[in-house]
Amino acid sequence: MNKHETTNKTIPTARSKTKDIVRQSLKKRYNRERRFKWHGQAAIAVALLLLLILFFSISGKGYTAFQQTMMSLDVYLDPEILDPEGSRDPAVLARGDYGGIVKATMRRMFPEVTGRQDKRALYALVSSGASFMLHDKVMENPALVGQRVSVWVPADDEVDMLMKGHVSRDVSEADRRLSDQQLVWIDQLVTEGRIQKQFNTAFFTAGDSRDPELSGIRGALTGSLITLVITLMLSFPVGVATAVYLEEFAPRNRWTDVIEVNINNLAAVPSIVFGLLGLAVFINFLGFPRSAPLVGGLVLTLMTLPTIIIASRAALKSVPPSIREAALGVGASPMQTILFHVLPLAMPGMLTGTIIGMAQALGETAPLLMIGMVAFIVDVPSGIYDPSTALPVQIFLWADSPERAFVERTSAAIMVLLAFLISMNAVSVFLRKRFERRW
Amino acid sequence: MQAQFLMGVLTLMSVAAYYFGRRRAVFMVGGKIRDLHSLPSYYGFYAAMWCGIPALLVFMLWMGFESSIISYLVVDALPQDQRTLSPDRLNLVLNDIKNLVNGNIVSREIDTALRAAADRYIRLQNIIRAALSVAVLVLAAGAGSWTLTRIKARQRARNAVERLITIILIVCSSIAILTTLGIVFSVLFESVRFFQAVPVADFLFGMSWSPQTAIRADQVGSSGAFGAVPLFVGTLLISLIAMLVAVPIGLRSAIYLSEYASPRFRTVVKPLIEILAGIPTVVYGFFSSLTVAPFIRDTGGLLGLDVASESALAAGLVMGIMIIPFISSLSDDVINAVPQSLRDGAYALGATRSETVRRVIIPAALPGIVGGILLAVSRAIGETMIVVMAAGLAANLTVNPLKAVTTVTVQIVTLLTGDQEFDSPKTLAAFALGLLLFGVTLILNVIALHVVRKYREQYE
Repeated sequence: MNKHETTNKTIPTARSKTKDIVRQSLKKRYNRERRFKWHGQAAIAVALLLLLILFFSISGKGYTAFQQTMMSLDVYLDPEILDPEGSRDPAVLARGDYGGIVKATMRRMFPEVTGRQDKRALYALVSSGASFMLHDKVMENPALVGQRVSVWVPADDEVDMLMKGHVSRDVSEADRRLSDQQLVWIDQLVTEGRIQKQFNTAFFTAGDSRDPELSGIRGALTGSLITLVITLMLSFPVGVATAVYLEEFAPRNRWTDVIEVNINNLAAVPSIVFGLLGLAVFINFLGFPRSAPLVGGLVLTLMTLPTIIIASRAALKSVPPSIREAALGVGASPMQTILFHVLPLAMPGMLTGTIIGMAQALGETAPLLMIGMVAFIVDVPSGIYDPSTALPVQIFLWADSPERAFVERTSAAIMVLLAFLISMNAVSVFLRKRFERRW
Repeated sequence: MQAQFLMGVLTLMSVAAYYFGRRRAVFMVGGKIRDLHSLPSYYGFYAAMWCGIPALLVFMLWMGFESSIISYLVVDALPQDQRTLSPDRLNLVLNDIKNLVNGNIVSREIDTALRAAADRYIRLQNIIRAALSVAVLVLAAGAGSWTLTRIKARQRARNAVERLITIILIVCSSIAILTTLGIVFSVLFESVRFFQAVPVADFLFGMSWSPQTAIRADQVGSSGAFGAVPLFVGTLLISLIAMLVAVPIGLRSAIYLSEYASPRFRTVVKPLIEILAGIPTVVYGFFSSLTVAPFIRDTGGLLGLDVASESALAAGLVMGIMIIPFISSLSDDVINAVPQSLRDGAYALGATRSETVRRVIIPAALPGIVGGILLAVSRAIGETMIVVMAAGLAANLTVNPLKAVTTVTVQIVTLLTGDQEFDSPKTLAAFALGLLLFGVTLILNVIALHVVRKYREQYE
């Protein structure tokens, strides 16, 4: 609306008192005031509501993933199958048919099952990871062969979803992944107390897997950690050095102007462009290995540098000139002044900026996709050259998986990621509150 | 492992040089430190610097060239028939040799020639590494002890050390420039190769995008179409929806927070809204594809609308949520920067608060707000994960928000995450898109930052 239009309207034709006109328009103006204020409140309410919906929809889907449906099996570790020659040689035991043992156990629990199809449906109740668990148990203690042991093994993800109520029993059999017969078996196992939900340790100790019930975030978390350590070790010193130079030593000229504009601009460059840089320079030109945390760390370093530089410069700026003057006055060189007097005082602000930069780096996905950290990697990485993935990328990968059970795992992984981010931000807020000084 | 060991030894030698340098300086003046030009530790750093840095530079230079030198020597010793292979094939052979050396899987039969080459590679590597270690250590020891003998009381050790620190600082600050140059050159270089295959005009103004390139020339669709207009339209559509969500909500909450809210309300709510900016975009993508998109589809179904399951609307809405805090905190800053005297003037004339905001504060803060919105637009255009997970891959040329569209960033990710030879137009197209993305966001950012800065100066 045009400014003048409204004021003109209120100018009366007759020469009535201005006071009256003002008084007449007051009600309308106050209404408008209330409406305006209400709009602001509504906007804030909407923003906070969206935040709440986001958190609730994620945690509502994800909290169940911290439990896993386990199945109790009384396994007879048949020496006929595992070690027919009785040598107890680890090499022989390692090759044993543990899957066969699991199947035999299932058959023993439901002796009435005979048909091929039915047997296969029965075996499908237990996770394919059960045989690996038995394998590991035997390799740990070969004396178990020939004995009966009771073990808890993960149930198949479909059973897990049923137990957690994510799959409805009411839909017709054709629309379900579990058949009516399988439901009967599951109910029987539940009444026998052989199916239970337990804390999902695998989620925190396992790497990625194609089977939801065996997959965990440890690999991704380790990858993220290694990447982040590299990022921190490179970006903090370089960022602080840059900030010190630009703020304290650089002559004000065209060149430093260019650097300055350039840094502000880099802070707003889309992250995926840094991924392209990493792909073209680090991988194709310098020949670093794909999917390595080293390359991820380098790319994230370049990406977080502007954040750290800008925060560090602000921190340096906030140190009052009196500190510098006092140090220079007693004969310190400019470099000594900065290193021993200004820098320590600016350090809390710099650390705050660095933590915020690290939180950004931890949540970043797109550049890591470009440099190949998106591969399916089962092993937990142990070095900076090992192929690895990162937590946000793991979330992206799981979100793409068709299995219903990956939905809750994705949400749970998001919860873990958010927990890390929130604690990092809390630390930075704490640092600011604790060490911030008003001069 | 050996490199790390060498680094360790070098560090130890530098520490020793520091210790002896310091001690020698004190010894030269017989313990009377005030006769020294610099503090004793500077003499230590001076010695350590000469001991460590030249050796380190040699080491790094050598590591950079090692692999190509060894490769050259190994290729030289290969049988005649392999040496005369084309460079590409030769590279494959070399890769196999390296894989064999590292114990990785090798793509071909391991014959004796390959085995011999691998042995030669290992032998050369061992010799070169040993030579390098000796050279580096001798250099460190020589330079270190030579410096130690040169330490004198009046020597300007502090100045030398400080000069080195300044050089380090300058090198660090040029990394930012190098990053920009790296981005420009890496995308430009590949884009030029792309534009050799696909004319610029076809790329910028072409109406159809289907980056399939066939393996054989006679296959259907072997040409591939690289007209990027559908991508631009999709990107703009999603950004527009995002802005329609973010600007009203962000701006209004900024106004409320800076003009109406009590300080306590502000200290609680402002960080809460800013949480939205700290949530990783992959989380928004998941939220969008799993919660918002089905919701919109079902709602649309109830209203009798045909909504694609990966609609532009879902992606845009969620991106809007992500951008709310950008708009709100940037506008909050500029509104707070409006001098109090302007407000007081308006109040003195009898204006209500909302009138003050609308007639005085917003016009005064407008350049800053526009700058903030431009930054947010640049953010929306470059946003990747939300659209990768929530928008589709189909390059529809449409402005219907209920249809699936694709964006520049989605295509970059799709083109580069598959298995692709590196110089097919399909992969190179990703770099051309990247160049475009970088260029557009650069222009937006420069304008926005300039506007914001000018605006700040006006009121300072």
